[in-house]
Amino acid sequence: MTDISEHDAEQALIEQVLAAADAGTPLCIRGGGSKDFYGNPARASRTLDCATHRGVVAYEPSELAITVRAGTPLADVEALLQANGQQFPFEPPHFGPAATIGGMVAAGLSGPRRPYAASVRDAVLGVRLLNGRGQALGFGGRVMKNVAGYDLSRLMAGSLGVLGVLLEVSLKVSPAPVGRMTLVQEQSLSGALALMRRWARRSLPVTATAWSGGRLSVRICGSEDALAESHRLIGGLPLPDADRFWQDLREQRLDFFAGEAPLWRLSLPPATPLECLDAVCAGDDPGADQLVEWGGAQRWLRGDLPADGLRAAATAAGGHATLFRAGADQAAPAAIPVGGVFTPLQPVVLRLHRNLKQAFDPAGLFNPGRLYPEF
Amino acid sequence: MPRIPDERPLSPQPGIIDELRRRLPTASVLSTPAELAPYECDGLTAFRQRPMVVVLPETVEQVQTVLRLCHAARVPVVARGAGTGLSGGALPLEDGVLLSLARFNRILHIDPDNGTARVQPGVRNLAITEAAAAHGLYYAPDPSSQIACSIGGNVAENSGGVHCLKYGLTVHNILRLTLIGIDGELFEVGAEALDSPGLDLLALMTGSEGMLAVIVEITVKLLPRPERAQGLLAAFDSVERAGAAVARLIASGITPAGLEMMDNPAIRAAEAFVHAGYPEDAAAVLICELDGFNAEVSFEVMRVRELLLDAGATEVRTARDDAERLNFWKGRKAAFPAVGRLSPDYYCMDGTIPRRELATVLKRIEALSEHYGLRVANVFHAGDGNLHPLILYDANVPGELDKAEDFGGDILELCVQVGGTVTGEHGVGVEKLNQMCVQFDSDELTQMHAVKAAFDPHGLLNPGKAVPTLHRCAEFGAMHVHHGELKFPELPRF
Repeated sequence: MTDISEHDAEQALIEQVLAAADAGTPLCIRGGGSKDFYGNPARASRTLDCATHRGVVAYEPSELAITVRAGTPLADVEALLQANGQQFPFEPPHFGPAATIGGMVAAGLSGPRRPYAASVRDAVLGVRLLNGRGQALGFGGRVMKNVAGYDLSRLMAGSLGVLGVLLEVSLKVSPAPVGRMTLVQEQSLSGALALMRRWARRSLPVTATAWSGGRLSVRICGSEDALAESHRLIGGLPLPDADRFWQDLREQRLDFFAGEAPLWRLSLPPATPLECLDAVCAGDDPGADQLVEWGGAQRWLRGDLPADGLRAAATAAGGHATLFRAGADQAAPAAIPVGGVFTPLQPVVLRLHRNLKQAFDPAGLFNPGRLYPEF
Repeated sequence: MPRIPDERPLSPQPGIIDELRRRLPTASVLSTPAELAPYECDGLTAFRQRPMVVVLPETVEQVQTVLRLCHAARVPVVARGAGTGLSGGALPLEDGVLLSLARFNRILHIDPDNGTARVQPGVRNLAITEAAAAHGLYYAPDPSSQIACSIGGNVAENSGGVHCLKYGLTVHNILRLTLIGIDGELFEVGAEALDSPGLDLLALMTGSEGMLAVIVEITVKLLPRPERAQGLLAAFDSVERAGAAVARLIASGITPAGLEMMDNPAIRAAEAFVHAGYPEDAAAVLICELDGFNAEVSFEVMRVRELLLDAGATEVRTARDDAERLNFWKGRKAAFPAVGRLSPDYYCMDGTIPRRELATVLKRIEALSEHYGLRVANVFHAGDGNLHPLILYDANVPGELDKAEDFGGDILELCVQVGGTVTGEHGVGVEKLNQMCVQFDSDELTQMHAVKAAFDPHGLLNPGKAVPTLHRCAEFGAMHVHHGELKFPELPRF
């Protein structure tokens, strides 16, 4: 059994939040700092270090749920789950050894399994958080089904800390698959998109898909018979050391992600045709600067691409575009598009965001500007 | 009859009826007593209240008009779908407008390549699956009322169903909502993609019981029909053993599409009603459905069968065909009306507990049943710990309804005490306001009110539902103490 060190820093965190409220000093909430690159820069000079608030509060494998303090290292929790034959169904990226559970939820990022299982947000069952008044509040719970009151716990997933400081998170976990196999075939990007859609129309045990550089990889999970049968239907050659491939994809360690060029993330309806980007990415080979996963629903682009054009194309297709990594000059303001790294919100929705910020954090203490420059 | 829980002072403004008539088609405004009567309650029939007026708009612009008028005149609005909710979430207000979305009943677009359907909120849950069937797709959440309940109501309540163990609740199966705020402004949350920029308002809206905005369009996810579905039925001579079998099955790494439990009173009621062939002497039965890729289902069926026998099942039946599988479900799906035949009235509860607490909670319910002198039958989404105890009573016997409500309240507080929640899938509505005071403290409730105010500063959208006022909680706490025995002294109170 993995040992996870215990430390309850809740009181200390409350005191720091109250002191910041008194002094009117905005706070940059930080766990392990592994996702510092993500989002817009927070307008806060003081850091609230949450990594000391750590430990497993409750874990009983047969309940398929775990409750942990937000500063607990993600790697430790995953090791604990693995020792019990379980996993997080959304395969969260770590982006560094110091990644914490709180950062995982606040960033709201999911890995290769996401479209076939769940997102981080889907798996959140409950949270305990500090609001801007320094009050420790619990929402949701530790059970699978819970509709008591507004769902303020799933609201925290992907909120980048602008509403509150996560103290504890309860998450749904899932059994780790018995058997798995990754199949690779040569495909053009348009061929790969068509195949991924065709597989999505059948109840195949597919748990990850990715296309890059002319190769389509698909992971299937299940019993021996199910693997054999779905291999027959899907085709391709088994990839040795496949776990490592999916991990490298999740952690953005594949060659595609190397170098300093800006990295864009497009979240699109999965069947969105390749041509949707024709106006933005001129060139003979449309796949040259793309890596496509999630059955077509998540597409990564490299290069100095025009933010407005990408956003317009993604929005027209029903999705959105995020400047995931701003490239070499991340600190330079010019590297970040007007309105920030995320696609700007509709005016009504922006107003609701501000109102919600006001409802949780009236003094604007937490991560100001991290999600959108306006709040 | 229970008191109407809304604590606002009444501010009747009948003038708005004429205003609505001027702006909407004649057939869209109902105000005579006979017209209003069908809207006086939802599926929680113990609570009844006629609204001041009912409107049935047909277009988004008309909904905007209604909300703008109500906003300007400060008249409260209660949105309503099919009215099948079980917690009184659509209970009208005496001085309010009842906004029925029943005429928003069109399926706008099915996109088989993206696996989505764009629908209006008044579309029936099952109608989506029926329309998607031609493409080999279906909409997964299947509340037991799915032939009648509307998808808009499903979103408002975050409805579940017997298959949500594997496929999730409504919140996991929708992508995008178009809504209208109380000020009449139209906005969208979510996207046709798997995520959207900004805060997850899609999650916040789901299950918000019509208190934040009115839904006028929904994009739902569609899934491919499983290649095969296989049913198993297992009998146990004690509920403890059945509960332990559930824990083992879940821990084994298999996620059934559905895993339901019925106790002996529920088994006998169902058997007498639909003759599904259930073993009537069993203390509990488990109904398990496995679905998906054919080869995987074959493997799982063998494992589940072994596991159930090993866990002490006295009998395990594997459905030979679809007809037999549907027969296993027949009794479960008919459990509520079956219990309804045993008693003039029944009261359906909806707590969720950690699965390990199942046996303890069922024993305590049995003790409470003796204490109150009311019978109870238990039907249970065992796989995800969602209990539906059905309390049998007779509303014509003076005091029995009150007793049933107290009994129900005790069950819900018990659920909180063992680490669960007062509502798994039916919502708080007006029914569980008091129990919300047990599950949340005053700071938490205050935060929820602040969230409401972020969307609806004047408290006009479905006021008085879902989140109790602190005043109410103080009175509820006082009432409990007044009875001389604080039921769960270890719970924090204020």
